[in-house]
Amino acid sequence: MLSRRATKVVASFSGAALLGAALVACGSSNGSSGSSSGSTTISLLAGGNDPAATKFANDMATAFEKANPTITVKVETRPGGTDGDNLIKTRLSTGSMNDVFLYNSGSLLQALHPDQTLQPLTNEPWAKDITADFKQSVSTSQGLYGAPVGTTFDGGVMYNKKVYQKLGLSVPKTWAQFISNSEKIKAAGITPVLVSYGDTWTSQLFVLADFANVSAQDPNWATDYTNNKAKYSNPPALAGFTHTQEIYDKKLMNKDFASLTNVNALKELATGQGAQYPMITVTISNVLQSNPTQVNDIGYFAMPTESGDPHATVWEANGAYIPKTTTGAKLDAAKKFIQFMYTPEGCSIQNSAGVPAGPYAISDCTVPANAPALVQDELKYQQAGKTGLALEFLSPIKGPNLEKILVQVGSGISTAAQGAALYDQDVKAQAQQLGLPGW
Amino acid sequence: MSAAKITAADAVPSIAASVESNVAESRRRRIRSPYPTWFFVPTIALYVVFFAIPTVFSFYFSLTRWSLFDSHFIGFANYVQFFQDPQLYTSFIHTLIYAFLTSGSKVVLGFLLALLLTSPVIGRGYLRAVVFFPVLLSTIGVGILWKSLLDPFHGMVNAVLGWFHLPQPGWFTNPSLALYSIAGVDIWKGVGIATLIFMAGIVAIPHEYFEAARMDGAGAWRMLREITIPLTRGATATVIILSLIGGLRSFDIIWATTGGGPGFTSDVIASVIYKQYQAGFYGLSTAGNVILFLVVTVIMVPLSYVLNRRSVDL
Repeated sequence: MLSRRATKVVASFSGAALLGAALVACGSSNGSSGSSSGSTTISLLAGGNDPAATKFANDMATAFEKANPTITVKVETRPGGTDGDNLIKTRLSTGSMNDVFLYNSGSLLQALHPDQTLQPLTNEPWAKDITADFKQSVSTSQGLYGAPVGTTFDGGVMYNKKVYQKLGLSVPKTWAQFISNSEKIKAAGITPVLVSYGDTWTSQLFVLADFANVSAQDPNWATDYTNNKAKYSNPPALAGFTHTQEIYDKKLMNKDFASLTNVNALKELATGQGAQYPMITVTISNVLQSNPTQVNDIGYFAMPTESGDPHATVWEANGAYIPKTTTGAKLDAAKKFIQFMYTPEGCSIQNSAGVPAGPYAISDCTVPANAPALVQDELKYQQAGKTGLALEFLSPIKGPNLEKILVQVGSGISTAAQGAALYDQDVKAQAQQLGLPGW
Repeated sequence: MSAAKITAADAVPSIAASVESNVAESRRRRIRSPYPTWFFVPTIALYVVFFAIPTVFSFYFSLTRWSLFDSHFIGFANYVQFFQDPQLYTSFIHTLIYAFLTSGSKVVLGFLLALLLTSPVIGRGYLRAVVFFPVLLSTIGVGILWKSLLDPFHGMVNAVLGWFHLPQPGWFTNPSLALYSIAGVDIWKGVGIATLIFMAGIVAIPHEYFEAARMDGAGAWRMLREITIPLTRGATATVIILSLIGGLRSFDIIWATTGGGPGFTSDVIASVIYKQYQAGFYGLSTAGNVILFLVVTVIMVPLSYVLNRRSVDL
């Protein structure tokens, strides 16, 4: 799903030395022998294996060890995306999960059966400081299971402010304005809309980032969708599919759309070769690495709508979790580690190792003044109350083939209507596999 | 990967191998083995633990909704859902095209290369090494290598085509070309092993046959048709069986190059199953593997029987 890919792509949350995997085994055995002499070893599973995820986990572990000399933290990395999902499910079901692991919140977390596999964190001291939205995305009826890692972030369109300035364009609110802006950008010889199917997950943004708009029009859509009543083949949700097709039909995208990768598309956006990129803002950390001087040239606007009242789609922060198999001194140490993330020192590592791409989900950490410019654009929607959660935090169902279906729609292989119908079928398969009632 | 998944897919070659060895066995039945039967015990133990038991389990789990944490028995619902998959029909056609295209090409090219490399050509040892070299590479490595070589805008192949003002197709990104590009890479990688088998077959033909034919005035073409081709039929059967099974189950190279894309245009059955597994549909993907196992068996057992009987008849 989108946000877990983001975890991999981006850099936000956690990581570790390549030797981690080999070291964990030794780590845990050292830990049990060491605890008798007053020291404990816990292992931390990072949120991915990209440089930023690795840096986040390593920096946090090092700082924590300095503050707690009796506890050693062994960091281990893992693959992102669906391979990471499978690794985590396998470890939890075989009882071999690390003492702390970093993973998505929302529907992906629910798929781990938290009531059976995770330690409840309801009574931890930081629990009262988290936002209601985050709380909902890491809780079941029986308790709270996750602690927020990094910031929330938005999906919508990232755009190059300099290109907009040069061509005298203003931020579009309606889809028609977005298209007319794009035509003008195209006439100026600049790629209007960057499309990067070299990383297929990026195909989903016109649909997923439009969800706050769907919710705004029909507040019950997510519930109806879970109950097999609302479909993507019908408006308002169909808009994301038709928008994807329209960009292809009007040739408003780059020529190398089929092979361009996310990282390279972000570079083109930063340098102004491309003007607009439907994306999640958490990817800004890649720009910070590749084009540090141009980070503040990039702005954000919510996905334009037919009606002209766009809402920003918000993704919740990822979470840190402790499995049920961690007990005793290790459990205490693991809880201490999570608490450490919200101390001033922990917050400053969250700000430096991950890049704030939106507000924090916990009041103990604050976004620094030097955060990327697009964070200010996101906050405007927050202040105006024009936001809505992404669908994956409101419904357990996300069809696994959405990205491929949208590649087809966006490459002219199938129409928007065909794609939406196919996706409804995919959603049905997912719901049946989840054993939901009414499918 | 779940143990059951590995097994269902991996049991396939062992079936075909056992079909082959059964035929051979019946020929050799009278010959007493000089070794005691208990020599087989370690192998059988490994086979039972890592293949037989998981295979039986996979038949059971294919009838459940399985989340790795728990499983609910749901009868044949997974099979019903698998056959309703909108990509199933196209991916099945892709699988057949891919399997027969790669297998056929490997037989023809492998045979021609074997003829060349068993004849007295200059640099024969070097050429043999060159042909066999891709076989030694990791399939994923080959996939990544070709993905970069065939990149439509930055790839070396299209850059060279550009110098000669030839069209520069999107090898892996053009929906109507992707499957054939992958088949081409598969042939490049796999033809070495076919060549090797054919070379062994050709070298094993007694020289007297060729000498006798030459005495009788047969030309090179006649000798090829009347001696080399019929007497390498055993090798041909082996190449067909191995490459067809490989083609029907093919997954790694497709995953490394296109991931079944763009969209679903190069999806085969194995990649559809893998995507279901990735999505966490463990019971469903196990059901898919059981079906793939049956499809491969239904195609391969009669084929293997026919091919091997002919070689016996000779």
